[in-house]
Amino acid sequence: MLLKRLTDACGMPGGEGEVREIIIEEIKPYVDDIKIDRLGNVIATKNGKPGYPKVMIAAHMDEVGLMVKSIDDGGFIKFAQAGGLDERILVSKPVLVGKNKIQGVIGAKAIHLQEKDERETPLKTKQLYIDIGAKSKEDTEKLVKLGDYVAFDSEYVEFGNNLIKAKALDDRAGCAALIETLKHNYDVTIVAAFTVQEEIGLRGATVAAYNINPDIALVLEGTLCSDVSNVPEQSYITKMGDGPAISLMDSRTLFPKNLAKRIFDLAVKNGVDIQYRLPSSGGNDAGAIHTTREGIPCAAISVPCRYIHSPSCVMSKDDFEGLKKVIKLFLEDIKEGEYIRD
Amino acid sequence: MINKDLLKKLLETFGPSGNEETIREVIREEIKDYADEIKVDALGNLIAIKKGNGKKIMVASHMDEIGIMVTNIDENGFLRFTNIGGVSPFTALYQRVMFADGTMGVVGMEKLDEMKDLALSKMFIDIGANSKEEAVKRVNVGDVACFYAPFIQDGDYIMSKALDDRIGCYVAIEALKALKDCPNEVHFVFTVQEEVGLRGAKTAAYGVDPDMGIAIDVTMTGDTPKAKTMDVKMGKGTAIKIKDRSVLAHPTVKKLMIETAKENNIPYQLEILDAGGTDSGAIHLTKSGVPSGVISVPCRYVHSPSEMVSVKDVESSIELLVKVLEK
Amino acid sequence: MLRDLLKELVEAHGVTGFEHEAAKVVEKYFLPYSDEIKIDKMGSLSAIKKGKAQSPKRIMLAAHMDEIGLMVKKIDDKGFIQFTNVGGVDQRTLLTQEVIIHGKKDLFGVIGSKPPHILEASERKKAVKMEDMLIDVGLSKEDVEKYISIGDPITIRRKLMNLQNDMVAGKALDDRAGVAVMYECLKELKNMHHDCDVYAVATVQEEVGYRGAIPATFEISPHIGIAIDVGFGSTPELPKDETSDLGKGPCIGFGANIHPKVYERLVKVAKEYNIPYQQDIYPGATGTDAWGMQITRGGVSTGLISIPLRYMHTSVETVQINDIKNAGKLLAYFIVSLNGEDLEGMLCY
Repeated sequence: MLLKRLTDACGMPGGEGEVREIIIEEIKPYVDDIKIDRLGNVIATKNGKPGYPKVMIAAHMDEVGLMVKSIDDGGFIKFAQAGGLDERILVSKPVLVGKNKIQGVIGAKAIHLQEKDERETPLKTKQLYIDIGAKSKEDTEKLVKLGDYVAFDSEYVEFGNNLIKAKALDDRAGCAALIETLKHNYDVTIVAAFTVQEEIGLRGATVAAYNINPDIALVLEGTLCSDVSNVPEQSYITKMGDGPAISLMDSRTLFPKNLAKRIFDLAVKNGVDIQYRLPSSGGNDAGAIHTTREGIPCAAISVPCRYIHSPSCVMSKDDFEGLKKVIKLFLEDIKEGEYIRD
Repeated sequence: MINKDLLKKLLETFGPSGNEETIREVIREEIKDYADEIKVDALGNLIAIKKGNGKKIMVASHMDEIGIMVTNIDENGFLRFTNIGGVSPFTALYQRVMFADGTMGVVGMEKLDEMKDLALSKMFIDIGANSKEEAVKRVNVGDVACFYAPFIQDGDYIMSKALDDRIGCYVAIEALKALKDCPNEVHFVFTVQEEVGLRGAKTAAYGVDPDMGIAIDVTMTGDTPKAKTMDVKMGKGTAIKIKDRSVLAHPTVKKLMIETAKENNIPYQLEILDAGGTDSGAIHLTKSGVPSGVISVPCRYVHSPSEMVSVKDVESSIELLVKVLEK
Repeated sequence: MLRDLLKELVEAHGVTGFEHEAAKVVEKYFLPYSDEIKIDKMGSLSAIKKGKAQSPKRIMLAAHMDEIGLMVKKIDDKGFIQFTNVGGVDQRTLLTQEVIIHGKKDLFGVIGSKPPHILEASERKKAVKMEDMLIDVGLSKEDVEKYISIGDPITIRRKLMNLQNDMVAGKALDDRAGVAVMYECLKELKNMHHDCDVYAVATVQEEVGYRGAIPATFEISPHIGIAIDVGFGSTPELPKDETSDLGKGPCIGFGANIHPKVYERLVKVAKEYNIPYQQDIYPGATGTDAWGMQITRGGVSTGLISIPLRYMHTSVETVQINDIKNAGKLLAYFIVSLNGEDLEGMLCY
């Protein structure tokens, strides 16, 4: 299963190697050219017919996680965050350290030993450490080195009403949809950019867009979804099960309205569920792409993900299927000469 | 002499960031007889070229204004919203807003225990609809509104919404009209999306690839009661920027502006703005670097529906820009 | 000599945006070891040393020559000067410092504020805010305005000090120490054969967001770019895992901002030539010129070397001279190690 394979793989910002290998293997039979650029982005081209525009489709390979900062005398590992995490979720989680995926746990003082006010105060990253069961600093150093990436150890699980729980659905869901998209043939030329370092500032997309210089761009994402009972409806951002979400505005991009509307209407016309992602903070690769060179028209379509940036992201398979359908509909709808810049 | 009709039109036209279509047409109509070439780029920047054989100079003033976007419409027809650009909840409260089609609304708030808890998430817009059904006939999620306040001129003072930065557009338009013997090739760019992070200026500068950049924008003043220390006063002349958060004015451009002002007896002030930035911040980092500076119009109450500038400062800004471009 | 360069460089003034004087010192010392000196539109200075290959690849070294400082904001009726900061200045380090205001002529002044005797007890417990401090130059408003205008830069008056064990202290060692590393590197390269063209760039405006490095990198379009900056040196109050020790060698950076192959090569070279080094881990932003360089044009393979430095962003920044020498040596041998190398192959993921 592609999604399982992709979410089981680990790829923190700057350390996307494992994900990159899987993606290259998956797309190789379906594309005309694959390049890896200076930052590690995978750029795959699938040629279309002459006279049709060059469409960049971007999904980021990196996920949020941790990085080994130092090892103390007892062999415990101190770490830093790689990408934006809510540090309150860290304590008492299993993790995988380094390329060899050494198992470890993020421990905490037992509740019995805590003062009352300690229980009310979230633990800071600086107070936490990873225990791999080593006896000493030397013992840990045999298996772990400074700078090693640390991922959440979280299994891919299907549950509930056609739902998936996994880590890194942001944005392996987008990667999976992009891989599937490359399996079909289109009139437009597709340049697929599996980008690096989105989580630390859209850095891979910045150089990918500069190199590709597309006529138009599409960003595939896993996005915020807070449609749970104790949140007021105006703060949902997206609703799980209502289909993929088209962005209007986030903190990095004001999306061209006509393009967003075109995709939205196209889905409605073809009976595919779709929703608007409510304007809110956050940002995605579109933020870097649309201001590249002289400017590039850009749309973003996302799968709603509950509990994003945690080991337990949850999304609906139906929304994921919907995303793939909408991409296909849009690519097939683009006419000869459209969006082409002189 | 101030062109009151043009100013009124520029200031009262709708155009929050990302929604500059209407204001772009107003400006295009106004300048079309004066420019040698006019184009619009992918993000929507309006670029008017005045040909010349000398240096290529980019003049940037932004057309967009701050505003709000609707995020939710409740059962009773009230709209929830988020900000586009720097909107303070305290400034927004009980202000009128105007949508693209002219629909008007007022900003209200939930009951709060303390006023300091006020946040946009606790506020809503009332368009006088009695139900969701009635509301969606006029406004939908994703629709955008600007703050509404009519233009007022009384003697030397102008009060309005969107002086940031339609007054800069006005300065650029009047300069374009006034340019006579200009040895340089001037690209007047009316930029989009400045209020959300200088995005229009970034792509425009990449396309224009100028030898020098000059942004025209408003700056704050330190002349109101117990204001934060700032040595810029309204009515004391155009302001030549030294620095803000986005740019340190290039020494050659700064010098050119100061010398030109002195030679022509144009009243000017030197400006250090501790917060905020402007289009030059994006322009000067383009490609191999573009020496850039800023001509500012001192403005009180920036980002409120009642921004205030002095006619004299507007005139000295136009004069300085014309003389600099003709140099 | 390194110490002469350091003294002259650190005592030169070059607040962000006003790097001209520092650039002159850099030019004087770099000229004998380079083929060409260029100053770009933003003011960054490149010393170019040509490589021997037929179509040489370009290696860019970048260390910033700007320093944090202050700027004249207002001259009050009594001739006192109010000021603002350029770059990240800790306001608590400013009280009663001696300063030089760089106007039409340099003026000496002292940063004063209200004496503690007239303060309420509660006021005394609070740090004095920058906006409540004044510079006293001992002149009337009219006299001050003859020499000084709004926007003039201000530096702390400080000579380079020699501490024990080859340590030196002064202002602006962030990042003139890095500039000194490039000097050492160019000196080493003088008698070495290298294929690549080397661009040693003393950048401007790093302290306000690596604004100088971005256009400089665009102009040079290097194949490999290495930033040399300073890192946090260990002091009693800082946790050990967030600092590096002075005198134990330069730090080689690792993380998303650094190309893994550049990192590996730097480590390999250090080991091969017995150059002491330490490691710096960056999970995200490094806040150095490397952060800007990496995503310029179609992307640059970047590296990061930092010199451990104590008391960053104060006027008593402290570094160890041997760390600078070792970093220069490391970079020179790194550049030479690229001779005959297929960079495309080496930098491939």
